[in-house]
Amino acid sequence: MNDAELVRALQVGLPLVPRPYHAVAEALGAAPGEVTVRLAAMLADGRVRRIGAVPNHYALGYTANGMSVWDVEDAALAELGPRVGVLPFVSHCYRRPRHPPEWRYNLFAMVHGRTRAEVAAKVAEIAALLGARCRAHDVLYSTRILKKTGLRFGI
Amino acid sequence: MDELDRAIVNGLQGGFPLCERPYAEAAARLGTDEATLIARLRALLADGTLTRFGPLFDAVALGGAFTLCALAAPPDDFERITAIVNAFPEVAHNYERAHRLNMWFVLATEKPEGIADAIRRIEAATGLAVLEFPKLDEYFVELRLTA
Repeated sequence: MNDAELVRALQVGLPLVPRPYHAVAEALGAAPGEVTVRLAAMLADGRVRRIGAVPNHYALGYTANGMSVWDVEDAALAELGPRVGVLPFVSHCYRRPRHPPEWRYNLFAMVHGRTRAEVAAKVAEIAALLGARCRAHDVLYSTRILKKTGLRFGI
Repeated sequence: MDELDRAIVNGLQGGFPLCERPYAEAAARLGTDEATLIARLRALLADGTLTRFGPLFDAVALGGAFTLCALAAPPDDFERITAIVNAFPEVAHNYERAHRLNMWFVLATEKPEGIADAIRRIEAATGLAVLEFPKLDEYFVELRLTA
């Protein structure tokens, strides 16, 4: 068994049997304890982000998903980015490139809520936090999931 | 969804034990038993409350590559463009968003050099320009959703 085989075997999820790691080891022709040893190492170095339940936002009622985008002074991003990223309602907060003139925004923060009003209130909190060093912002609400598949990785 | 389901969704988003009987250990923490936890997880997966249960891999740490891309599909041609884009196996997620750039998708490839190639092929197949938004810095702490 190598790590790639282990990733492939576990992408679909952990078997729902009393000894799931042994079941995976057996399927891969490895010793019973090998899967937990490798997963522990992958957790330690970040190749595994976490082990557990991955909830479906929509099924939990988080149907309003707004990608908030911000035009922040480049020099202020190193200070302000982490302050946005730690907000409890923000996920996937990244600096990304601008594409002028079509796209002026360099900070992306995904905001999840149960309604658009809830998302809008959270976006207003971010706007207040960024203050004058943010020159413009927008919120792109998702109107439809066109594809969500295959990929079992966290991003 | 009852109290136990809620406790499972809220309490098991990380930290699932690495031991011989992990469901039994996790069940004890939740005040239930192994067989019940397994049955509840099976039901939460079947009804779509959970997308999956198990390790969440970091594709970049595994040597793969990800990037966010966007394009502006003509509204009257949106469905055809969607079908073309979705047919690419490198397109992992694709969302319609209310903006002139109305299609936002994540490309995932096993090797970093696969990204530029996938973008070229999507542009050729759709006849549309693809804007690439690779992450340059990451600021988030992982979201924990509350049921």
